[in-house]
Amino acid sequence: MAKPVIDAEKCKGCGLCIKFCHKGLLKKSGKLNALGAVYVEFDKDTNICGGCCFCALVCPECCIEVQK
Amino acid sequence: MKKIFSRPESLRDITTHYCPGCGHGIAHRLVTEVIDLLGVRGKVIAVAPVGCAVVAYDYWNFDCCEAAHGRALAVATGIKRCRPDRVVFTYQGDGDLAAIGTNETIHAANRGENLTVVFVNNAIYGMTGGQMAPTTLLGQVTSTTPGGRRAEVQGYPLKISEMLAMLPGVKYVERRGLFCPQEIIKAKAALHLAFDNQLRGGGFSLVELLSPCPTYWGMSPAAAMDWIRDTMVKEFPLGRIK
Repeated sequence: MAKPVIDAEKCKGCGLCIKFCHKGLLKKSGKLNALGAVYVEFDKDTNICGGCCFCALVCPECCIEVQK
Repeated sequence: MKKIFSRPESLRDITTHYCPGCGHGIAHRLVTEVIDLLGVRGKVIAVAPVGCAVVAYDYWNFDCCEAAHGRALAVATGIKRCRPDRVVFTYQGDGDLAAIGTNETIHAANRGENLTVVFVNNAIYGMTGGQMAPTTLLGQVTSTTPGGRRAEVQGYPLKISEMLAMLPGVKYVERRGLFCPQEIIKAKAALHLAFDNQLRGGGFSLVELLSPCPTYWGMSPAAAMDWIRDTMVKEFPLGRIK
């Protein structure tokens, strides 16, 4: 299965990836990075990411890499 | 595991200065993806605008030049005429291309210069603090139109892409939105066509990208995406104009 790898130090927490993930696999981590943003994290326990890359396509920071 | 989506080679691995949810980041990535796809990174000369994207040259890993406000197409004309073998493009916002630079834009298009223009339209002046731009929608609240833009005082939103499409020197004009993944893929295809047009010596090409500005629209990044889809697209219809 696929998984998005989010660069927590670049994420500004805009949440667009959360909005466009149609399986709801991304969420705010509740933790701050050096930019002062609450970064997004991938729900590691799931195994249903199909690798559509919608999260990476809408990420303005290009901080999501998708692996399959 | 294999990488199926990663940062393009032409996009430097640094954090941008843009606000969270800004469309410039997406537009930067699309431009660099297309340049990598065409394999012309060593031949590209970009002209950066004045506006939020003023330091775009810090983010792109190819040759760039900075122009005075609105004069990107005049500078690009000079570069292209001196070095016709180079792929020259300008990256401009609506305040740059459609307000202070209208003169340069119209005459470069009318001369049919073999250039590509990436026009990022977010219906507002972002860098200077959210003032009304020529492309601001009727009724849209900005810092200089606190009661909303009124046609009888400030006129109508300027459809510069439609205006340029009327000129015989212009070969390709398309408007796309950066508000959902499907449209972002279409925007990349439009940019590909525009750069390809230049490589074939086709003439002036322009791609307008409707882009979110959550900070000065006073919305969350997610709501800004919906606002483009529901409101902005009605004033600026998507599709190929020429």
